[in-house]
Amino acid sequence: MGNKQTTFTEEQLEAYQDCTFFTRKEILRLHARYRELAPHLVPLDYTNNPDIKVPMTLIVTMPELKENPFRERIVETFSEDGQGNLSFSDFIDMFSALCEASPRELKTIYAFKIYDFNRDNFICKEDLEKTLNKLTKGELTPEEVTLVCDKAIEEADLDGDNKLSFADFENMISKAPDFLRYRHLFCYVFIF
Amino acid sequence: MEVDATLDSGSEGKSYGTIFLDMLLHFQYQTLCKKIIYICMCVCVCVLDEARRRSKNRRAKAQRKTKQVSDDEDEEEDEDEAPRKRGRRKRTKPQDSDQDDEEDKRRVRQKGAKAPRRKAANEERDEESEEDQGKRKKGGRAPSKQEKEDQNKEKKGNVKGKDETNKGSEKDKKKKNGKQSRSSSSEDESEDESDEESMSEGEIAALKEQVEEKKKLIATLRNKPWRMKRRLVLLKEAQEFVEKFEGALGKGRGKKLYAFKVMMTKVLMGLPYGSIPRKTVPRSEQDTAMDFSVLFDFGVRILASSLCQGGSLLRVYPACCPILGYCKYSILFYGYYNNERNIGVLKFRLPLSYLLTGVGIFGYSLMVVIRTMARNANEGGDGGDEGEFTFSWKMFTSWDYLIGNPETADNKYASITTSFKESIVDEKENQKDENIHLQRFLRILANIMILCCLGGSGYLIYFVVKRSQDFAKMDPASLTWFQKNEVEFVMSLLGLVCPPLFETIAELEDYHPRIALKWQLGRIFALFLGNLYTFLFALFDEVNDKLETEQELKNATEWAIHEYNANYSSYYNTTDVPPLVVNPADAVRGPCWETAVGIEFVKLIVSDMQVTFLTILIGDFARAIIVRFLNYCWCWDLEAGFPSYAEFDISGNVLGLIFNQGMIWMGAFYAPGLVGLNVLRLLTSMYFQCWAVMACNVPHERVFKASRSNNFYMGLLLLVLFLSLLPVVYTIMTLPPSFDCGPFSGQDRMYDVVMETITQDLPAFIGTIFTYATNPGLIMPAVLLMVLAIYYLNTVSKGYQQANLDLKKKMKMARDEEKNRRNNKDSTNQVMKDLEDLLPNKSLIPPPTEEEPPHDIVIEKGSKSTKMKPGSAGKGVNLQKEVSLAATNPRGPVAHPPRARGGPPGHLRGPLPGPGRGRGRGAPPRT
Repeated sequence: MGNKQTTFTEEQLEAYQDCTFFTRKEILRLHARYRELAPHLVPLDYTNNPDIKVPMTLIVTMPELKENPFRERIVETFSEDGQGNLSFSDFIDMFSALCEASPRELKTIYAFKIYDFNRDNFICKEDLEKTLNKLTKGELTPEEVTLVCDKAIEEADLDGDNKLSFADFENMISKAPDFLRYRHLFCYVFIF
Repeated sequence: MEVDATLDSGSEGKSYGTIFLDMLLHFQYQTLCKKIIYICMCVCVCVLDEARRRSKNRRAKAQRKTKQVSDDEDEEEDEDEAPRKRGRRKRTKPQDSDQDDEEDKRRVRQKGAKAPRRKAANEERDEESEEDQGKRKKGGRAPSKQEKEDQNKEKKGNVKGKDETNKGSEKDKKKKNGKQSRSSSSEDESEDESDEESMSEGEIAALKEQVEEKKKLIATLRNKPWRMKRRLVLLKEAQEFVEKFEGALGKGRGKKLYAFKVMMTKVLMGLPYGSIPRKTVPRSEQDTAMDFSVLFDFGVRILASSLCQGGSLLRVYPACCPILGYCKYSILFYGYYNNERNIGVLKFRLPLSYLLTGVGIFGYSLMVVIRTMARNANEGGDGGDEGEFTFSWKMFTSWDYLIGNPETADNKYASITTSFKESIVDEKENQKDENIHLQRFLRILANIMILCCLGGSGYLIYFVVKRSQDFAKMDPASLTWFQKNEVEFVMSLLGLVCPPLFETIAELEDYHPRIALKWQLGRIFALFLGNLYTFLFALFDEVNDKLETEQELKNATEWAIHEYNANYSSYYNTTDVPPLVVNPADAVRGPCWETAVGIEFVKLIVSDMQVTFLTILIGDFARAIIVRFLNYCWCWDLEAGFPSYAEFDISGNVLGLIFNQGMIWMGAFYAPGLVGLNVLRLLTSMYFQCWAVMACNVPHERVFKASRSNNFYMGLLLLVLFLSLLPVVYTIMTLPPSFDCGPFSGQDRMYDVVMETITQDLPAFIGTIFTYATNPGLIMPAVLLMVLAIYYLNTVSKGYQQANLDLKKKMKMARDEEKNRRNNKDSTNQVMKDLEDLLPNKSLIPPPTEEEPPHDIVIEKGSKSTKMKPGSAGKGVNLQKEVSLAATNPRGPVAHPPRARGGPPGHLRGPLPGPGRGRGRGAPPRT
């Protein structure tokens, strides 16, 4: 490594490389970004796996997430404790899932988690309403929101339980036209 | 792909830029390719090869990586087993304990007894590692180890007081222990070399399979939706496993082979750049690569040859010219190339390659367009699905995760809101057909008006071109700038004025925006095409004129040379007449109609570019400035009100690109430099438009896609290609080339070059074959066959389409049926509920999850519910509820609640209890 100080051991880098879609350079870069968020919290030396978490409020200020209506949900989903505090592993995990190279199946799973606001393994009407309000910044009237949510559930719900299970969600997403799927569902977040 | 992306992303500025860039680059790339590919096919082949090789390398990389890991460790292991082992253990420790810790935290968070547990975990790890070492040191004690492990587990269980349901990790460990014991035993055996056969074939095979599985796990680990810590732990385990068994299994032949393989990969991959063939030009291609130099050599050579040949006044090299200056005689145009059959030592056949390139461009473009269309058709799968998930897709896929700019984000929000509202309106809208007669009348009226516009513009162009021919006969000095450039000016003006006019007229029709957009595009297309064709017809008139003058000139020249020869021989009384020496600048020249046509096209392109740039500067930039700064002192809101900012017209721009491409296709034969010129134009306009879009445009208020698949635009492109192919091929086949300029001078028809090559340069039998092949008797049946084949395929595809529709209908029916069935099943559900109520511990069950979640999506939830110890049994039942709807005995799982919890993550081997698999923290979703 060109760094004067080692951030990771070789083994750690190898392990991260195997577990994510990143190269070692990108991992180091990610660490730098992570450290930028909270320089006083995050040490440069990660060889002994310090147990450090950066709170959500700092994470969502990243330009990649700043404008995203679901930023809090994304961070929460990837955080180990569900509160939005990300350790470096969670952090790198998040970007690995968000990056371009990760397969659609993985993205679908995480997208489902993200849209499942109340974490009951189903996207129910409540979740849909939240999603919709986030997407439109609450510009729609309540009637419109209800109509859209009903419609969406009616369209995608295959088993008639009035909420979307993962199978429903996956089915729906897999039928979306390609460009929608790849560009919009969950796409490349620029890190580098 | 690009085209559609453009349409789709119409709402935010950022994507405009990138997509427009994509689009332009795409076209650029195509044009460039077309130019290059025929000049140096071999280079392309080389590049392709390289790409293929590269992709292969890339593919190999992942594999290589894992291999290297295990391999490295293998080697190390050979060197010093014990110390390293210990070291690695140590290194693993913190991580593992972390993992345990974290799991515990989740499981038993309420108890909060973290510290002792961690200690316990650490202890356990220590013991394990010790054992492991012991195992490795002393062989043959696997069973005792097993016991110890079991004890260990028990102890852990005591310390932690965990119930059995949450022991996903326990199972994990058990499996690992089993693995380790097995590994130790197998190692023992393999270490004891004479005993090698004692391990049965089946065991070895199983082991190998496991190793393979582990390897696969390592390779696909990144695709699993697990927490990073879990991944890291699993990775470590898998690596250790693989490492161990590769060492163990491979004592014999296999290891050598493996080592050899690894060495080979290292040797192959590790070679420095430059020593790999793809970095150097192959010897066989060096000759052809030199054709470039031949090409650039023309200037000197042509001048020299024309001076030497003397007698023929063919090629001249004047210093200046009145119309386009030097350019007219530059490499840009047809007239520049001469008709020498072979050039240089390599005998580069310029005329032949000129013709083949010209025709080949069309062939290549045709192929590319058709292939893209076919691919789109495959991918798009457009058809019945369209209306199925409108709202869901809008809900889940409309946010563009690339957005990072607040303004863009605002635009996106607005666009999403609009699109939702639109769908709502669409949904609510009942087909209200009020006064259909008026509407029909208005539509007919609108169409008549547009037809008038089209006809008028066509006539205007014809008129102007005719007039310009009159002007051309006059003295150029007496003409004003406007008179010289009238045609281009009028054409650009029409292109500027008509589309908005059409749009205004289209208001009358009151179509749905999507249909209206298609009509609009079709009309603009018709306008452009009509203009282009009128222009072409006018040009043909001119060409015929030129051909006549050329004929006269040719006769006069021949007469003059004849006279000269006669005079010379009579004067000097000798038959050995020296060639006439004329300064090329003074030579009599024919009009060279090909170059004239080329010039027209270049002028068209250039003026088109000027108009585009001016439109952007005035229509967008100036408008934006006025709106922005006059807004401070104006009586109404300029930004929100009337002038506002200009919208970026995506479809119009795409159409413009298509037409640009059409002009290039038409003009490239007569002005080969046009392609290069166009590349420059596209490059500049890309950056310019990118700037304009970012700086002074706003997105369309409502974006409607012209079509879901980009085949709409590709179809237009194909049509343009075909229409631009027609005139070029027509001229090649029918018009005689100029007698004193261009590569085909001296021939009756351009395609005679091919004939000439066949008769002179190829073996005789190929000529015979060619004669047979071109025989109408053969061609007619071939065409017939093709037509029949098309008919047949068409019928078949229609059949498939029908089948598809039927299947879709069936699916929909099945879906509805399922829905109905579920909805009407309350009675059966009631029975199940009653059954459940009879179960013990019902009161302690956490709120039931109605359906078995398909994958381990929400870990938190599952682990939370397992916090309740006594609920474990109930949980098992609960878990089975959905399954039991199908199964007969809902109580079945209660007997073995812990097993139903699913196996340890990632351990794919070993029998997993059926119903629990894929549940909770269990196996990965897709294995």
